[in-house]
Amino acid sequence: MSAPTKTYTAKSTTGRAQTEPAMVRWGLTAVALVFLVLFLVLPLAAVFSQAFEKGLAVYLEALREPDTLSSIKLTLITASVSVPLNLFFGVTAAWAIAKFSFPGKNLLITLIDLPFSVSPVVSGLIYVLIFGLQGWIGPWLQEHDIRIVFAVPGIILATIFVTFPFVARELIPLMEAQGKDEEEAAMVLGASGLQTFFRVTFPNIKWGIIYGVILCNARAMGEFGAVSVVSGHIRGMTNTVPLHVEILYNEYNYTAAFAVASLLAFLALITLAIKTVAEWKVRQQLENN
Amino acid sequence: MKLFKRHNNVLPGFGLTLGFTIFYLSVIVLIPLSALVFRTAGLTWGEFISTVTAPRVLASYKVTFGAAMIAAAVNSIFGVLVAWVLVRYRFPGRRIVDALVDLPFALPTAVAGITLATIYSPNGWVGRFLEPHGIKVAFTPLGIVLAMTFIGLPFVVRTVQPVMEEIEVELEEAAVCLGASRRQTLQRVIFPMLLPSILTGFALSFARAVGEYGSIIFIAGNMPMVSEITPLLIITKLEQFDYQGATAIACVMLLASFSMLLVINLLQRWSRRFSD
Repeated sequence: MSAPTKTYTAKSTTGRAQTEPAMVRWGLTAVALVFLVLFLVLPLAAVFSQAFEKGLAVYLEALREPDTLSSIKLTLITASVSVPLNLFFGVTAAWAIAKFSFPGKNLLITLIDLPFSVSPVVSGLIYVLIFGLQGWIGPWLQEHDIRIVFAVPGIILATIFVTFPFVARELIPLMEAQGKDEEEAAMVLGASGLQTFFRVTFPNIKWGIIYGVILCNARAMGEFGAVSVVSGHIRGMTNTVPLHVEILYNEYNYTAAFAVASLLAFLALITLAIKTVAEWKVRQQLENN
Repeated sequence: MKLFKRHNNVLPGFGLTLGFTIFYLSVIVLIPLSALVFRTAGLTWGEFISTVTAPRVLASYKVTFGAAMIAAAVNSIFGVLVAWVLVRYRFPGRRIVDALVDLPFALPTAVAGITLATIYSPNGWVGRFLEPHGIKVAFTPLGIVLAMTFIGLPFVVRTVQPVMEEIEVELEEAAVCLGASRRQTLQRVIFPMLLPSILTGFALSFARAVGEYGSIIFIAGNMPMVSEITPLLIITKLEQFDYQGATAIACVMLLASFSMLLVINLLQRWSRRFSD
């Protein structure tokens, strides 16, 4: 803009018309960044700052506490059951939906997405209504001394419900975009169904699977509402890490609460990093096809 | 299998994979959700209506849906701005900022809840600057709006961003050649193309906020009639062993989710028509 006289070259016209003056650009960028810092960076920084407020020794001590350790163990168990189940489901559902055409396909996709639109509290409640003492099969379960709600199986079931769509909804559009030519070629050349899947399909959807699994895992380890309803909050027994954070916080044990919360925040950061890489790889793969 | 036309598909496993998909979907999602509907059907119509329209319940709808509406509106404005800045402008650290937008998806809600409550409490990092001006965020309905804005933040950005990326330069060039000013181009060419995705993002953000529990309860103060959200009321009823009350209110919430899902599906169909 230093030119003293207006020049009407084609370049300057389109350049000016397709973007805003530099002042406006900087202004908008600044507003957007301030908003994001206030809403994203500040909370993230606060978690770690509060956790380390009283020094590393107190931080480590909070993490070594037996109840914390047992909550970590329960969260790991929950994720290690629910994530593989939903992964298996996601791959089979995506195979059926992306590689074949059948009536009712759109309805099926909508139903798979359903758990995302149900409130976490309602997701927990439905299992209490079935397996709780006042529930459908609750009395029968009690007679046979089987505990589902207010015990570990209930926590796992509720977690499976809330993380149900993650892998499937990532893989369905990806596999649809890739079509089925490569698989058909493999079959015609004499490969078995499993060979076709593992040698042809799998390499194509590998990063999509990683993307789905990492988000599924983050939600499985971090779910609060649904798990809170079915857990019964028995310390050291049915407390997952997020529930343990709540208990510590409500006991005004802020440093310990944030120390445990920092583990989850760290998990979130790792999740974001892997997700970003996976997203980039998926895009690359789609462009190569 | 004659029912499904297979068009000479040579790929195997259709029956098996579709069968397992429907089985797993039924066991995990459909049967449990139908339990809620059947349990509600056990109530008489009068009982149901008096439960879901009790003053405390009505107040909770007002707080929940009202706050969700404001939060979704805030997210729509800032979401479009953030998406625009990320797509159109170049600045150092853009990729990191882009990745960070998804933080509310990845950060467990309980962590978000205690952190926001701490930052915005009267002596917190932000709260201490608001307190002298008489602005109380933590433990008021404003805190609910704040938490809902946090968890809904990525939805508008992530639905608008891909549409913005695909806007062709030629369209803007054509507008300029026909004599449009920058403002006219934005208003008449770009905004109409973005509108369906903005509305979709708004609806997604709203739907998420209405059902949200974990990030809100720590900052809300949870005062009945004032700052009590509907999901919390369900839990309160459950803890008092009022299963009927919890079920009836949950059924209303489920109905609300289904209606929003329908609206979102229609919006997405509309925006797809635009992009084709």
